[in-house]
This record gives sequence, structure tokens and C-alpha cells, in this order.
Amino acid sequence: MIVAASAMSTLGLGLGLLLGLAARRFHVETPPLLGEIEKILPGTNCGACGFAGCAGLALAMSEGAAPITACPPGGREVALALAEIVGIEEGAEASIAGMAELQPMVAFIFEDHCTGCGKCFKRCPTDAIVGAAKQIHTVVMDACIGCDACVDICPTEAIVTRRKPRTLNNWYWDKPALAFGAAAPGRSAGTA
Amino acid sequence: MAFPSLAALLRPSQIFAVRGGVHPEPGKHLTAEAEVLDMPVPPLVRVPLQQHSGAMAEPLVRRDDIVLKGQLIGQARGAMSANIHAPTSGRVIAVGHFTAPHPSNLPIPTITIRSDGEDRWGPRLPRLRPEDANPDEIAAQIERAGIVGLGGAAFPAAVKLNQRRKYALDLLLLNGAECEPYLTCDDRLMREHAEGLVDGAGIMARALGVSRIVIAVEANKPEAIAALRRYKHALGIALSVAVVPTQYPMGSAKHLVLAVTGKETPARARTAELGVLVYNVGTAHAVHLAVRYGEPLISRILTVSGRAIARPANVRVLIGTPVADVIAFCGGLTAEPDRVLLGGPMMGLPIQNLRVPVVKGTCGILALSAAETRASAQMPCIRCGSCVQACPCGLTPFEMNARIHAGDLDGAVKVGLMDCIACGACAYACPSSIPLVQAFDHAKGKLAETQSRKHQQEETRRLAIARQAREAAMAEAKRQAMARRKAEMAARKATEPGAAVAELPPAQAAP
Repeated sequence: MIVAASAMSTLGLGLGLLLGLAARRFHVETPPLLGEIEKILPGTNCGACGFAGCAGLALAMSEGAAPITACPPGGREVALALAEIVGIEEGAEASIAGMAELQPMVAFIFEDHCTGCGKCFKRCPTDAIVGAAKQIHTVVMDACIGCDACVDICPTEAIVTRRKPRTLNNWYWDKPALAFGAAAPGRSAGTA
Repeated sequence: MAFPSLAALLRPSQIFAVRGGVHPEPGKHLTAEAEVLDMPVPPLVRVPLQQHSGAMAEPLVRRDDIVLKGQLIGQARGAMSANIHAPTSGRVIAVGHFTAPHPSNLPIPTITIRSDGEDRWGPRLPRLRPEDANPDEIAAQIERAGIVGLGGAAFPAAVKLNQRRKYALDLLLLNGAECEPYLTCDDRLMREHAEGLVDGAGIMARALGVSRIVIAVEANKPEAIAALRRYKHALGIALSVAVVPTQYPMGSAKHLVLAVTGKETPARARTAELGVLVYNVGTAHAVHLAVRYGEPLISRILTVSGRAIARPANVRVLIGTPVADVIAFCGGLTAEPDRVLLGGPMMGLPIQNLRVPVVKGTCGILALSAAETRASAQMPCIRCGSCVQACPCGLTPFEMNARIHAGDLDGAVKVGLMDCIACGACAYACPSSIPLVQAFDHAKGKLAETQSRKHQQEETRRLAIARQAREAAMAEAKRQAMARRKAEMAARKATEPGAAVAELPPAQAAP
């Protein structure tokens, strides 16, 4: 009886030790979700998601308290990148598809209403607003992420967000429709 | 009947024709025998500040300024840009936005000049004797004259010329293939101005330091070939004419180099890496005018054709002339055109507004009647492979198209989307009338947009980090100042307690 018990416990201990060693030896480093999410988020701390900066959103997202589509400036690319590591919740697929239609937005200052108070200038997370006290402010469109932070703070409601204007440099043809039986629109190729 | 010599049979252009390609209805008979007409000065010219690839030129004139013909009105900005000159004399009536000659109908910064009808020349550029000039002087003159590639892409000619510093060049290839149907402006230029064109070629060859010049012409232009064959040298540099097969898209730079030299340009590389630089024949003529006569690029020859035009013709027009005026000069429209295109029928861009101006890169105005456009119904792909046979780049258009419609742009890039030259041979060859090249145009634009958005995101992240660092530094500096002040106060209190501290106002206590 003692022999059997000791044999079993030796076996158990030995195997346990082996398992323990194997766990150490073949340990796979799993990256902490939080850091991964933070890396994907724009990192501008604009506050458009309603959380305390990008770190706040990352924390909420890792706990499942925020949807992956919560970052408007990041848009579709960020949502898709997040979907790969966080996993897609119920109904998120539709909202990602909806994000595809979202146009990039930029802030626009109505110069007639601007008093030069400098509040927006201080609030902008990417320093996209230039101006000085008592001077009319303006937005550097390439640096603006359309986060709305300046819109809320403007005392004279002189700032709105608009769709980023199309120029000849960023214009491109629409996707031709796959409509069978319809004449092809768009460029002329092969008309002759 | 003459037998082709053995040497002629061994020319690479006869053996290495481009793969694929199509043979569209030429339609060149409408204008091939029409001598180039000079169009009178229009009452209004609209000169866009961006007529070239690269950065926009900066306006140098203001409203109500009086300008003379050839005066610099737009200064090149940055390394990739081109000067803009006033095409005629008159008064600047607006420096603002006007619809671009582009299918998007978007506005573009434009200088509008009301001509005074006198067409008075201002001071021309200083002339240059190319025989004595060094390459840098010639390149500077071409840059001053605002010359861009006149084949359509409008790449600044001087920037291309500067590739001589980076690559070992040995051949200047002039592109007189003119493979697009309908267009005959290069054909007419080669016939009527062969001497000036050859001189321009010699000037460019001298600037590049190459040892030979080849002018490539498609076999369907025998008169142009005969006109050019009279010249064996240009400024002492050997010149020859290569006859290439009539086939679309023979005029693509990489395919022309393949046909003439037998060397294939690697994917996404430049022909300069093979030691060959390709210019349009029109560019060579513009260089001749700029160097010999000091005339900047303010006019160009273009083909006005299509069955909806009353009198199809080749016309020399001032840059900035409204398209509607050019059409009116050619007798106007005989019928409501189905489509008005700038450029050729294969790669040209449709425009909606006929008030848009002619720019440096406009090689043709086509008003096509419904009989000429092919508006057949789109059908499903039957996997016949016609597009694969037609593709001059050896791609599989049907597969790229399927991937683009499935939203898999990366997959389309993997099968060669970025090697597509957008010639449209696939869409032309497709028996199901599938808009293949249109899908590729869309996908390339979309990819460029994604790329720029990614770039912007990285840049804004950098800005945000810089801001955070700055704010942290400011907070830290403030905290340290506070601590120092506190320490000073404490020290003072310790040395002379009581009244002394109360005497000093707080502002002085903390310098």
C-alpha cells in the first residue's frame, strides 16, 4: 500500500515537474492586448471617442467596453486592423462596412466669426491650427484629423468640420458598376 | 519593287515587336492630309497654373496687370515644376479658379487674360547658340521656357534632362509613333517642321551627351519617314529613323524602347536605366524654338477630329484657348457629339464643359459621334483570354478586375496592377465590353489615396507626440520654477525672518 502510494506520488511529482519545466522551456510570449491596441490607434489623444485619450480607449477596448469602430479619425483602416487582434463583436461587421462610406473630415474656420481667442489653437492635438491671440486662426488641412475637439470649444461657433475637399491631386475615377446589360461609364478606352 | 536588305531584316524593331497590343480603327484619314492651320488669337485665354506633373506654378501677376506675349506669369515652384508664360498680350482680368480640362470638373487656379488683339511680344528669352553652349546652359534654357513633354503626360522636360547626372545615357529616342487613332499632329509636325525638329533633337542630344539619336515612327506615316530620312546628323550627332510596326500601344515609352533596341525595361524602372531617354517629337520642336529663337512654350499643334466636327484639322493654338473656340474655328459641331475627349480615343479624358482651356499636354480634341463610340452592353466574363492576349505588359486583366471587384486591392497589386500602363487595350479587346481599364484606374486612385492617408496618419501621430513632449516639458519647467521659488522663499525666511520678506512684493521675490 505504501509502495503503491509512494510510487504514484513520485510519478505524479515527476510528471508535474516535467510539465512545469516544459511550460518554462516552451513558453510563448503573448503580447499584452493593451499595448497592441495602443500601437494601432492614432495616438493623437484627440478625445473624439469619448474616452480619456488613446490609452483610455485602448483600456476600454481590451475590456470589451468599447467597440472597435470607436475611433472616428482612424476610420476604416484602424477598425480593420483592430478587428484582427481584438476579434469582431456582434454587429460590428456592418458598422465597419458603414465606415467605408465615411469621408475624411477636416475642420474649417469661418474667418468672419473668429475672434482670435486662441482656445482652439491650444486644444488641437496635432497642432493643426495656426494663429495667435487677436489674429484670425486657420487650419492646416494636411495636419487636421477631423476630431471635432476645436468645434466644441469655439466660443463663437466659428468652426465646423467639413468633408476634405477633392482636388485634382486626390481625385480618381469611381469604380465601374458590375451591371450586366448596361453601357460602361467612365473613361473612353476602346471607343473607336 | 525593292527587296528588303538583310540588315533591315536584322533590325530589332522588325523582330521584337511589342507583345500583345490591338489594332483599333485608325481614323487618321480625317486629318492626315490637313496642313497645320494657325488659329487666330482668341478673345480670352485661360491659363491654368498646373499644366504639368509636379508642383503648381506660383502666379506672378495680379488682376488688371498688362502682360505681353511670352511674359513669365507663373514661376515654377520646387524641383518638379514648370514655368508658365502669357500666350498673348492683353490684360489680366482674373487670377482665380476655373474648371480644369479634366473629367472631374474640379476647379484649378487659373490666370484669365483678355487679349488686346495686338499679340505684342515682350522681351524674348536670351538666345543660345547650342553649338557653343554647355549642357547646363541648355537645360537651364529649356527650364526657363517652361517646356514639358508634349506627348500628353506633360512631364517637365528639364527635369527629365537632368537624369543625365544619374544614369549613363547613350541614346536619345524621339517618339513619333503616334499610335493613338485619330491623332495626326505629330505626323504633320514631322512632315512640315522636320528641320526644326531634328535641330531640337540635336540640341537635346548635346545636352544629354548621348552619341546617337533615333526617331521612331510607325510604318503608317511614310511621308513623315521620308521627310526625316533626309537628315543623317543633328549638330554632328548621328541620327537615324526607326520604322516600327503600326500597333497600339507602340507609343508607350517602354514599348518603344523594346521595339527599337530590343531591351525590355524592368518593372517600375525607368528607361533611363537602359541608357535611353524618350521624348515626344513635339517636345524636340519646342526645344528648337526655345533655344534658337528664345520662344517659351506658349502654343502647340493639336488634332481636332471626330465625325461630329465639321472640318477636322490640325491646328496650332495658343495655350489657354477654350476648347469651344477651337471647335468653332474648325467649323463647329455638325451633330451633338456622344463624347468630347481631350487626347486620343484610347487614353483620352472625356470633358463635359467645352469652356475649359487647351493646356500644354493636350494633343487632340475629339468630338465623337454616337456611331464612333462603342456603347455596347456589359456582359459577364467568359474567360476567353482576349484581354490577356491584348495586354502589352503581359498581365492578366480579367484576374485583376475580379480581385478589384471583390475588394482585394492588395491581391490585384500582387498580380501586377502597378505595372499596368492604362493603355486600354484590354477593354478594347474584351468581347463582353467589361470596363477593365476603368476598374484599374479606380483601383490605382484608391491605392494612392490609402497610401496618402496612411502617410498622413503617421505624420499626425508624429505631430501629436511632439505636442505631448512639448506640453510635458512645459509642465516640468513650470514645476521646477515653482520648486525653485519655494526653496528661495524658504531660504530667505531662514536667513532674515519676519519683516524683510513682507517688504518685497511677491513678483520681485521670484525672478
